[in-house]
Amino acid sequence: MSVTTNNSRNASPAASGASKPSQVIVREKDAIRSWKAPISFAIFAALAVVLFWVLGRDAVSNFRLSTDTDVIQLDSVDLPTQLTGVVISLALILITAYSFWLSVGKRPTPIWVVTVYGVLFMVGFLTWAGAGESILVPGLLLGAVGLSIPLIFGAMGGIISERVGVVNIAIEGQLLAGAFVSAVVASVTGNAYVGLIAAMAAGMLVSFVLATFSIKYLVDQVIVGVVLNVLVLGLTSFFYSSILTENSSLLNSPPRFDRIEIPLLSQIPIVGPVLFRQTLIVYLMYIIVAVVAYALVKTKWGLRLRSVGEHPQAADTVGINVYMTRFWNVSLAGAIAGIGGAYFTLGSVGSFQKDMTAGAGFIALAAVIFGRWDPIRALLAALLFGFATNLQSVLAIIGSPVPSEFMLMLPYVVTIIAVAGFVGKVRGPAASGKPYIKG
Amino acid sequence: MSDNKLTAEVAETKPAPPSRWNVALNEILSGSIIISILSVVLALVVGAILIVLVDPKVATASGYFFARPLDTLRSMWDSASGAYSSLFQGAIYNFRRPDFASGIRPFTETLNFAAPLIVAGLGVALAFRVGLFNIGGRGQMLIAAACAGYVGFAFDLPPVLHLVVAIAAGLAGGALWGGIVGLLKARTGAHEVIVTIMLNYVAFYLVSYMLRTPGLLQAPGSNNPKTAPINPNAILPDLLGTTYNLNFGLIIVIALTVLVWWILSRSSLGFQFRAVGENPNAARVAGIRVDRMYIYAMLISGGLVGMAGIIQVLGTVPSGFSSGIDAGIGFDAITVALLGRARPWGVFFAGLLFGAFKAGGFAMQAAEGIPIDIVLVVQSLIVLFIAAPPLVRALFRLPTPVGEHKPVPLRKPKLKAVAR
Repeated sequence: MSVTTNNSRNASPAASGASKPSQVIVREKDAIRSWKAPISFAIFAALAVVLFWVLGRDAVSNFRLSTDTDVIQLDSVDLPTQLTGVVISLALILITAYSFWLSVGKRPTPIWVVTVYGVLFMVGFLTWAGAGESILVPGLLLGAVGLSIPLIFGAMGGIISERVGVVNIAIEGQLLAGAFVSAVVASVTGNAYVGLIAAMAAGMLVSFVLATFSIKYLVDQVIVGVVLNVLVLGLTSFFYSSILTENSSLLNSPPRFDRIEIPLLSQIPIVGPVLFRQTLIVYLMYIIVAVVAYALVKTKWGLRLRSVGEHPQAADTVGINVYMTRFWNVSLAGAIAGIGGAYFTLGSVGSFQKDMTAGAGFIALAAVIFGRWDPIRALLAALLFGFATNLQSVLAIIGSPVPSEFMLMLPYVVTIIAVAGFVGKVRGPAASGKPYIKG
Repeated sequence: MSDNKLTAEVAETKPAPPSRWNVALNEILSGSIIISILSVVLALVVGAILIVLVDPKVATASGYFFARPLDTLRSMWDSASGAYSSLFQGAIYNFRRPDFASGIRPFTETLNFAAPLIVAGLGVALAFRVGLFNIGGRGQMLIAAACAGYVGFAFDLPPVLHLVVAIAAGLAGGALWGGIVGLLKARTGAHEVIVTIMLNYVAFYLVSYMLRTPGLLQAPGSNNPKTAPINPNAILPDLLGTTYNLNFGLIIVIALTVLVWWILSRSSLGFQFRAVGENPNAARVAGIRVDRMYIYAMLISGGLVGMAGIIQVLGTVPSGFSSGIDAGIGFDAITVALLGRARPWGVFFAGLLFGAFKAGGFAMQAAEGIPIDIVLVVQSLIVLFIAAPPLVRALFRLPTPVGEHKPVPLRKPKLKAVAR
């Protein structure tokens, strides 16, 4: 009975008379008519028409699909810039129309349509920007994955922490601590694996502080997170300036992980070298994302975690220790984010630099919210950010018609439009950010 | 009749739990002055330990610790006391100067550093009170600085008018950049944390582009991404003559502190702000337009944070600016607002403290070679300790006040044997 009244408040007045609960739920779903997706589509379609069609460039864009080291060599693809632009613009307009039609029928635009739209737009954009030039597709994707790795680890840490009910603004601090400690430990021991474990411990240590202050002392989680970021930035910069710069050969020249080639899989054209000719940290990422995505919804651990994050009182009533569940899962989140930090030093750059994460933790946080606290969606969001950031550097080489600053701006503008358009009012875990007081 | 119905409806809606800010702010507020002082002491002690740890002289002395232990202790003391005395002399009063006029100069530097911190902190604090988390200080400062700076060097207006127009342009820029966030939050529900972070980057690249484009912000005839010097008519006047760097910005900041205090605690708008911050659902039921409050709050917040950017370009560095003009103030402002408990005068004094740390930090770096980053550590520790009074009380064995939440024990509860 309570379900019926609850639903009828949101649904149309006619639904309140319905007796069967199932009927009410169907009507409530029907009542949602959102114009956000089609309007966002329309904005991008208009942009596409102006850029690819009106300002179209008459040339040929060349896409190279394989590098010289690949076993299976694919021929490069030549696309006539003007024609491709027109075709893609038309396709985008069609999808926009389809989305409008769906919205008229009060149906949401499915995520695969959004994905297809995004990919089409990107192909169109690359064709337009690369007119008369040649773009190496595997290089573009490889760089994108590389830039996404720390974001993905950070996002997974954020998801676990927030799903258990502790807002994790400290991702940036966890990444930075992981980067610093892994660089120092790996340099001293000369072993990258030890460095990786130390990075996990460092991320966990930051999480311990976050968990202790927010769970034990009931301090606001956002405050602790923000302050922890500053604290870690201050500590690492202090030690970097005072000790690491003077003894960089001893303390700040860590060995890097080698690329491991997975037989057969790495031979797949285009995606093979990008996904399966990577370092250990990247393979760890695949495993962690898969495990988190599966375990969060399918295991006892995930069920307990989510129940503590959604309704701690109820969880406590059935005998789950809310405090301990929160404490250890926040720590786990820190350890995962710490691996992402190690990628900066042991995976890509090779030595620690002051403030080297440069806001990646905040982007990871954006990926968490953009991905609606879902591991797979957050993974896609993080990949989008990585791709867009890398796109800029690729276009800088081939000479983009747009000033490079606007290219750098693009991922952030896209995020704003996407958050306003597709994500809308996101609903995080119900008890996230609220300290639990028993009694 | 309708009244009864309304009450019934209100009673029926589940009482929303207090906002997380509110809980946190109450938690911070319950700390008394003694907790604040002890927190500063604790943070300074931790800072001293770090300074001693990395001092090579201490490391040398500890090499023969067992032969002459006093040497180690003495060098530790020298290291920490040297650092903090240079911090004090760089921030408050320099005893090495002959007369008061030049001895007090460091304090005017502190005020100079504090002015933008306070006003940006006020902006962040005002958003806090409405339940919004404004991380977009950097973007709002950059846009405001660009607007004020452009008017400052490109226009040619009479003395006072020029300054007023430049400040107005900057305020409009900051308010616009903040207002976008409020508008998107109100209209589409976009999370303000994401939007402010993203707008920081957008503003940074936008200003970077304008700085290297002739005709926009780049100085004529220059290849550097830097603007022309500000027209003397648009520069904030000196407060204490040319011997001190202190400028008129401080007066504006004090006035704005009073204004924000008045808005928040005396005006109808402030009442609605606080109502939305305490509980948006209850505010909506009471007839407050929550969406509009978000927009207004972000407009004002952006304008206040923007004022920090204006002070930077028209006061601190009037010789032309580059894309680093925000100097991290946008993020420091968050810590200032937290330390000031999101209350206008609290923010004012927190800003003064952080300004002193900044001024002293530079002096300490110059005199003792201690990286200024130690200031970040001490600042964040202060906020952290103040936010957790039970921790400070436990460390100093202070009694727990009545009616306060005891810290939650983080261990597995032991099962008691049940008597049969």
